[in-house]
Amino acid sequence: MTQQQPLLKMQGITKEYFGNRVLTDVSLDLNRGEVLGLVGENGAGKSTLMNILFGMSVIVQTGGYAGKVFIDGKEVSFQNPFDALKAGIGMVHQEFSLIPGFTATENILLNGEILHDNIVTKLFGPRLKTLDLPEMRAIAEKSIELLGVEISPDTLVAEMPVGHRQFTELAREIHRPEMKVLVLDEPTAVLTESEAEVLLTSLRRLAATGIAIIFITHRLQEILDICDRIVILRDGQVVKEIATHDTDIGQVAELMVGRSVDTKAIATATYDTQQETVLAVEHLWVDMPGETVRDVSFEVHKGEIFGIGGLAGQGKLGIPNGIMGLCPAGGTVILHGKPIHLEDPAAALAASMAFVSEDRRGVGLLMEEPLDWNIAFTAMQVQNKFLRPLLGGLIKWRDDRAIRKVTREYIEALEIKCTGVEQPAQELSGGNQQKVCLAKAFGVEPNLLFVSEPTRGIDVGAKALVLKALRRYNSENGTTIVMVSSELEELRSICDRIAIIDEGRVAGILSPAATAKEFGMLMIGKLKNTDDKVVSHA
Amino acid sequence: MTRRYGLKDVISHFFINNAVPIIFIVFIAFAIPISGFSGPYLTQQLVIRVSRDSFLVLSLVLPIMAGMGINFGMVLGAMSGQIAIILVLNWGVQGVGGLFLAMAVATPMAVLLGWFSGLILNKAKGREMVTSMMLGFFISGIYQLIVLYFMGKLIPIHNPVLVLSRGYGIRNALSLLTMRMSLDNLIPLKIAGISIPVATYVIIGLLCLFIWWFGKTKLGHDMRAVGQDMGVSEDSGIKVERTRILAIILSTVLACYGQIIYLQNIGTLNTYNGADQTATFAAAALLIGGASVVKASIPNVFIGVVLFHLMFLVSPMAGKNLMGSAMIGEYFRVFVSYGVIALALALYAWKRLKERERARRSLRGTKES
Amino acid sequence: MHRLRQFIDRAGWPRIIIGLVLLSLFLVAPHWGVRIDASLMDTIIRFGMNGVMVLAMIPMVQAGCGLNFGLPLGIIAGLLGATLSIELGLVGVAGFAGAIGIAIPLACLFGWGYGVLLNHVKGDEMMIATYVGFSSVSFMSIMWMVLPYHNPTMIWGYSGQGLRTTVSVDGFWAKILDNLLAIHIGPNFMFPTGTILFFALMAWLMWAFFHTKTGTAMTAVGSNPDYARASGISVDRMRTTSVILSTVYGAIGILLYEQSYGFISLYNGPFFMALPAVAAVLIGGASVNKANITNVVIGTILFQGILTMAPSVINAAIHSDAAEVVRLIVSNGMIVYALTRATRKSR
Repeated sequence: MTQQQPLLKMQGITKEYFGNRVLTDVSLDLNRGEVLGLVGENGAGKSTLMNILFGMSVIVQTGGYAGKVFIDGKEVSFQNPFDALKAGIGMVHQEFSLIPGFTATENILLNGEILHDNIVTKLFGPRLKTLDLPEMRAIAEKSIELLGVEISPDTLVAEMPVGHRQFTELAREIHRPEMKVLVLDEPTAVLTESEAEVLLTSLRRLAATGIAIIFITHRLQEILDICDRIVILRDGQVVKEIATHDTDIGQVAELMVGRSVDTKAIATATYDTQQETVLAVEHLWVDMPGETVRDVSFEVHKGEIFGIGGLAGQGKLGIPNGIMGLCPAGGTVILHGKPIHLEDPAAALAASMAFVSEDRRGVGLLMEEPLDWNIAFTAMQVQNKFLRPLLGGLIKWRDDRAIRKVTREYIEALEIKCTGVEQPAQELSGGNQQKVCLAKAFGVEPNLLFVSEPTRGIDVGAKALVLKALRRYNSENGTTIVMVSSELEELRSICDRIAIIDEGRVAGILSPAATAKEFGMLMIGKLKNTDDKVVSHA
Repeated sequence: MTRRYGLKDVISHFFINNAVPIIFIVFIAFAIPISGFSGPYLTQQLVIRVSRDSFLVLSLVLPIMAGMGINFGMVLGAMSGQIAIILVLNWGVQGVGGLFLAMAVATPMAVLLGWFSGLILNKAKGREMVTSMMLGFFISGIYQLIVLYFMGKLIPIHNPVLVLSRGYGIRNALSLLTMRMSLDNLIPLKIAGISIPVATYVIIGLLCLFIWWFGKTKLGHDMRAVGQDMGVSEDSGIKVERTRILAIILSTVLACYGQIIYLQNIGTLNTYNGADQTATFAAAALLIGGASVVKASIPNVFIGVVLFHLMFLVSPMAGKNLMGSAMIGEYFRVFVSYGVIALALALYAWKRLKERERARRSLRGTKES
Repeated sequence: MHRLRQFIDRAGWPRIIIGLVLLSLFLVAPHWGVRIDASLMDTIIRFGMNGVMVLAMIPMVQAGCGLNFGLPLGIIAGLLGATLSIELGLVGVAGFAGAIGIAIPLACLFGWGYGVLLNHVKGDEMMIATYVGFSSVSFMSIMWMVLPYHNPTMIWGYSGQGLRTTVSVDGFWAKILDNLLAIHIGPNFMFPTGTILFFALMAWLMWAFFHTKTGTAMTAVGSNPDYARASGISVDRMRTTSVILSTVYGAIGILLYEQSYGFISLYNGPFFMALPAVAAVLIGGASVNKANITNVVIGTILFQGILTMAPSVINAAIHSDAAEVVRLIVSNGMIVYALTRATRKSR
């Protein structure tokens, strides 16, 4: 093959969000008919890179990016997704963007319908052109055929199985004759195994027609199966670009997760394995949208910090939300030998568990209310703290003075930066909001504390403070902590044991001292088909 | 998925989906004999009333298609129609010519008001219905200000018959004698003693044809897309807000024509209380016809208008014969109009809540124990 | 300049305009021969009459159920209380207390059903509330005709059956609170101490409720239902409680209104009574999801002030009676404004 110029070339791409660098000097090439695998942990910069390529408004609004993008050797800079579409770049997102009451045909040609003039058009403009449904149907049919699947163009999307929706979305992108580069973001996440195989075959077939494909997935086996080359991102940088036939899963996994870990930062097991079991979870399932837990069992010992890690969407977040009664759930959860009634937040709180939610703004805070309410509310409602009985206990009067006092204590203890106890929570920075959430949980003096993504979206300095506060709370009060986080390094720096969740199940429980490769292998679903043998170092 | 549904399932599904019309059919089936009205009388009344109301009810279809619910703001159109009628009366234009002149005069007003209404509703996404209702009340205040205080002062009205004795403001009730039934009687036809307003039905037929054709245009197609998912439509490049405004403008203009047709049939203009109830009755008729807040078809319109008017016709007499008081029947039909809207809205909101729950459940993976 | 802008942003243009209009009406009134003291008295009396119905907005707004367009339901409970108290022949304090005593349990019952309904239709509360209000008013119109009332002061003279459209409470408990401890200053001014004290008592009770554990939980439910749920609160139960409370306040509110007005308006009387109350609380600075007692007091004074002053000044100035039109435009315009603002804030 002659060394022709690449179809897509991204050169020296650098991007900052509010002073936070998420991509550093990323370059990649893509040739006609090539399938490129893009892998990396959450937050490695995959989505940002693709958003830049697709001209998403979030990029433009946050000050654009540095570096250059070339298509067919011509420099381009997309201001919105429609520019990108016109230039021949298509993207299939993780969430479906289909209209449920429309047929496959109507969705494939959404806002790209074949139109005919009629008498009225001259008078009232092109939006009164009539649709040519037979012609549209023919185009849709051809597009579906190209994928090698059988979907009737007349089926309503609402009545399709999930897999067919994915194919419909794909057909929408490829029906455009100008389509050159197709980006797929976790396209197999919602598919059954056989559907995923069909999809992979379709992609190879598409590549054979000259379309270049960027394929993002956490299932490394799929990458190895269909990609020509693999680009591995970590912390916003390309750590390795490698041809598929020169590598194996283990190497990719290690590259993806591994980091020059400061060995001193790794927690040394301080807890006593002989300690009694505080929490026993058996066959837990949780119906949390996007974070489904299928079958999870584990035990947590007294006084330990138990970590739960894994990639996004694999179900790790569902575990605390299920146990705390916030999502429909089933299975057995036993705390101190007593079963916990699921789907009932009041019961979970009454059993002396507390939860710092990953959804700070949505669940964790009363954004419009002052800090003192935010911190004292749960303790007041669950444990009748900060209340003064009036008329012989008939009326439970809120004791504002006590609330303010305890709030001031927490503001001081956790170094919350605010103007005072009266400030509404929404005016605080992310890190300080997180501290308020911690204070709320500490306020109920739990025996067992769940902390979900405690450092998400807050800056480095605040991260360290939050982790320090957690560790201190654990050692001073002997409170058992279960911490869920996407950041493996964070878990390794604070936890005594770490469970990795993959596809709604426990892939394995490791000691924080385990190697990056071991963690990586658990995360990428390598163990999916190899029985339920759990690697246990702990 | 491929399981064949049993006959029982099909029947119960049919009953659940059409609960409202079925209840009404049953009610009317009992009430007609009690009322003691004769068949020909009811038929004649229905023929007239369907021709009178269908156009108004049809004007509600497009906003529902665009996902904006029932456009209670259609009264804005009705009010512009009434102002135009007053002006035409003042100019002394008679007959069908007067009607069409009124429509021509009212159109720019209705377009402007529809555009304004669309802008407001775009700022109140997710609560379009309550906002459009309040907007109707608000504009009704402005309408009264114009008709009661400006007309005869700021707006010259020469025809003394129209003006209140104090010298300005329009009288409470105006006779449309010069235009009365001018459209209905344009093409006279009598079958078996029942006179049929052919021209009115032709216009209604044309409107149905238009709505059907409109659904096949790009704009109609976009409206359906926007109605189902604004986010996806926006992402695919459809101008969502503009499309919604157009839907409301069309609805307002159609309501304006509908009101003019309605008035020529009735023959008197109730200057101050006429338009307010228009939206409630039109909405009730549509919902009785089996439409919901998100789905309305042309058959829903006609079934609804027929059932609604049958109920309206027979309940006072049935009330009188049953309870000895016509007033009870009178109140009863008002109660039914409001009640059916409350019921249909509540049923739909409840169904949507259930569906959201079910959709979430479908995300749940297969359970293992 | 900056602080002025900030003030305008917080208060919103419509409120400032209404405030300024009211102020200028008071300023120009003497010029047209409108007596300030009489107008002031009217404003105060109307404030007292309507205040409790406006207070009835607070619980539902605070619990996230939106503006209580279903207020007629509470009003109906109040009307039943009033008519039953008359039917029983109770007069004076006993009559008024009896009316309240009968109305409260009925309001609790209605409010409970209404609350359960609203819990099934989250997100569409306001629209459904409106039509629940309308249909219950028209349903009660039938009931007023068929319920077996016998007291001759209330039923139609000629048919001997069915209640009159307006029933006078003269001789029962008309002005019972207006005249309690009333202060007369000059020939044209009277301060209805009893009514205002009663309003103050109701406002204080509301204030106190929101300082209890339950009241705090209710505010949290309205502020962020997910937060409240995660703190072990039953969101549905809190919402139902708020609706019951709103309905009870509506019932007591209409009784306060009637004793001052002197008549009970049945049939279509309660139809549009929700709108002035909704408008008042919005003019006072409340939004679709936040309201407090200050909003009620300021809003009711401003709104009732406009309703009193505008017609009398307009009438004196240009000899034109535009009271109804002013009311329609001000109250409904305010509600439309609030509905369009709320979305921008919550999204």
